[in-house]
Amino acid sequence: MSDAQPKRLTDIGPPHYQKFLPPIIKENYGKWKYHEILKPGVMVHYSETGAKLFTVRAGSPRLLSTKKIRIYADLADKYCDGHLRFTSRHNVEFLLTKEENIEPLIADLEALGHPVGGTGNAISSLVHTQGWIHCHSAATDASGIVKAVMDELLPYFKTIDLPAKIRVALACCLNMCGAVHCSDIAILGIHRRPPRIDKENLPKMCEIPNLIASCPTAAIRPSQYQGKPSVEIDEDKCMFCANCYTVCPALPLNNPLNDGVSIWVGGKVSNARHEPMFSKLAIPFLPNNPPRWPEVTNAVKHIVELWLKNAKKHERIGEWIERIGWPKFFRLADIPFQKEHIDDFKHAGLSYKRSVHLTYM
Amino acid sequence: MPVEKKYETPLLDQLETGEWPSFVKEIKAAAENNAMANDLLGLLEQSYREKIGHWKHGGIVGVMGYGGGVIGRYTDLPDKYPAISHFHTMRVNQPAGWFYTSEALRTLCDIWDAHGSGLTNMHGSTGDIIFLGTRTEELENVFSKLTAAGFDLGGSGSDVRTPSCCCGKARCEWACYDTMGLTYYITNRYQDELHRPAFPYKMKFKMSGCPNDCVASVARADISIIGTWRDEIQVNQEEVRNYAKSGLDITKEIAMLCPGKCIEWDGNEIQIDNSNCRHCMHCINLMPKALAPGKDRGAAILVGSKAPIVEGALLSSVLVPFIKLEEPYDDLEIWEVIENMWDIWCEEGKNRERIGEFIQRVGLGNFLDAIGLEPQPEMVAFPRDNPYVFYEEYFEEEEDQ
Repeated sequence: MSDAQPKRLTDIGPPHYQKFLPPIIKENYGKWKYHEILKPGVMVHYSETGAKLFTVRAGSPRLLSTKKIRIYADLADKYCDGHLRFTSRHNVEFLLTKEENIEPLIADLEALGHPVGGTGNAISSLVHTQGWIHCHSAATDASGIVKAVMDELLPYFKTIDLPAKIRVALACCLNMCGAVHCSDIAILGIHRRPPRIDKENLPKMCEIPNLIASCPTAAIRPSQYQGKPSVEIDEDKCMFCANCYTVCPALPLNNPLNDGVSIWVGGKVSNARHEPMFSKLAIPFLPNNPPRWPEVTNAVKHIVELWLKNAKKHERIGEWIERIGWPKFFRLADIPFQKEHIDDFKHAGLSYKRSVHLTYM
Repeated sequence: MPVEKKYETPLLDQLETGEWPSFVKEIKAAAENNAMANDLLGLLEQSYREKIGHWKHGGIVGVMGYGGGVIGRYTDLPDKYPAISHFHTMRVNQPAGWFYTSEALRTLCDIWDAHGSGLTNMHGSTGDIIFLGTRTEELENVFSKLTAAGFDLGGSGSDVRTPSCCCGKARCEWACYDTMGLTYYITNRYQDELHRPAFPYKMKFKMSGCPNDCVASVARADISIIGTWRDEIQVNQEEVRNYAKSGLDITKEIAMLCPGKCIEWDGNEIQIDNSNCRHCMHCINLMPKALAPGKDRGAAILVGSKAPIVEGALLSSVLVPFIKLEEPYDDLEIWEVIENMWDIWCEEGKNRERIGEFIQRVGLGNFLDAIGLEPQPEMVAFPRDNPYVFYEEYFEEEEDQ
């Protein structure tokens, strides 16, 4: 009895956030009065106590080695008494009380290859998923496209002068672990061929009733294969959502020739001015072309530049398109409008134009 | 321990150039002394060559007593890349608001260098610290070191997913309630639901301090708690004039863009008809020094958002138009509403049916009946425009006495 193992800890929950807050935040918690953006990536928050907290925000690839995290920790020790945080879009933020530390910190971050920016009317880092680095259902890679796109859009990260903010996100399949469906521009990996049935393994790996129930269009029917229960797929009904594959590993959809990327535009999450909106389909298919996906990066850049040229101040992409109308967006963007753009799922009818509020110029 | 370079990666190497920080450099940095990261480079290069992923469907792996927090992952090329034959993800519950000390980060790095790939995501989409890739036999080692350091695993599968929030009152003047405090409370209140999947599908909480919704709760959470206020916007007219002097066109950029058309500017003072304010934040966003949310602060609670799988994407919709969210959190009535929602969803929901889809299927009216909430006009964008009403009340002829 004397050599009892230490009690196994479970269900302790996360550490209390107060353990990690810098003293200035503990002292001014709930007392912040207003803030200013001093320049791209640098903010100052003023408290009613007179305290000032400076924030320096830097871009990150999200996928970080422990080596890089240790470098972040060293920078936090050097400039911020060991305090830093991360944002909901994977940026890293250093929290400073000494204004004179801002420029040396920025110099260190830029030398490290982590650009400072992403605040205010700018593009912020891309929310994205795992892609080929870790996911079984990815129709494209995530980190590679994000890197290629951000290399192109970097000037818009290091500014605060865009018409409004712009949020770009990427999900490598329709599961949308990144929930990209309310982004100014969403890059979405897609499959375009029905699942292949691994008939040998299906009965061993999958519960057939569950599998049949998983299909939103009822395209999967029970059948027999060599006397054993199996399924067959009505391919005309398949919309390549991969929900069946999620419940049954014996139905892979991956197809190097046909997997690729679609581009969606005009979504937003914030309530500012216009209510939150879903992103809408702009480009149904672009090929997977690693390592830099030029078709995808060009398309995203093209849409961003079109918005910059045409939007009024404070109009996000969706607000701009709503003002000019979708037909004009397709004309301006020179994107062919085709059958795939017309919804045919559950609430399709609500998306048909039901007035003659149309533009012809 | 140094690891010898095993693979040429001509395609990935092209992602080391350019000014945005490179994930390839991160993997290569880890690969210098980690065999898993080294094999990951080889496998990823092969994926880039073949345009296809090389990961198999996860199996059920985890730590003892938990059903969530670990995503099982195996490569389909284990002979070629033996170091990543297992490459499981561990989700570590982040501190609310993603604040860290350098010491805490180093502790996490020490654990992961000893037992995993040396690769992370800071952070995953739901908000967790992601430990990217380890072997089954290492899971308990990581877990025991994490708990000894005060960290615990987050959610995965059909459970309460790791709640997350904006930085709230820690560094934002617009926080209408204590997002970090409430997130910490919810995460602890629902530890069992978080670690032991027992729902039809996942259940996400996201806490945003104001209608700017920096954690995208309206799009990404089954339960979206979005800060707001119900009295007057606080105005400092002198600062309004200063914004005007500095070049802000208050009529054009603020009044004309106000969705409630409730702002007027006469060149000297701004007038706000607060009864028609929709709490969109636009005017406050543009003049943070002059305007602030009111003093009677709380939150609206919305329910049901999700990504497309299975029946299409949804935004959350209003369930509680306004609620005060002050301590003691134990005494809030909202927990009963949430737990009633879970009861009916667990009872009647289909496998892999998110609560938003469940509400769509049974109808919001029936759902409200089931959880004991009264219908309110704030819950709909507009009342029904079709006459197919399931009337439940009607008169009957009185029988002759």
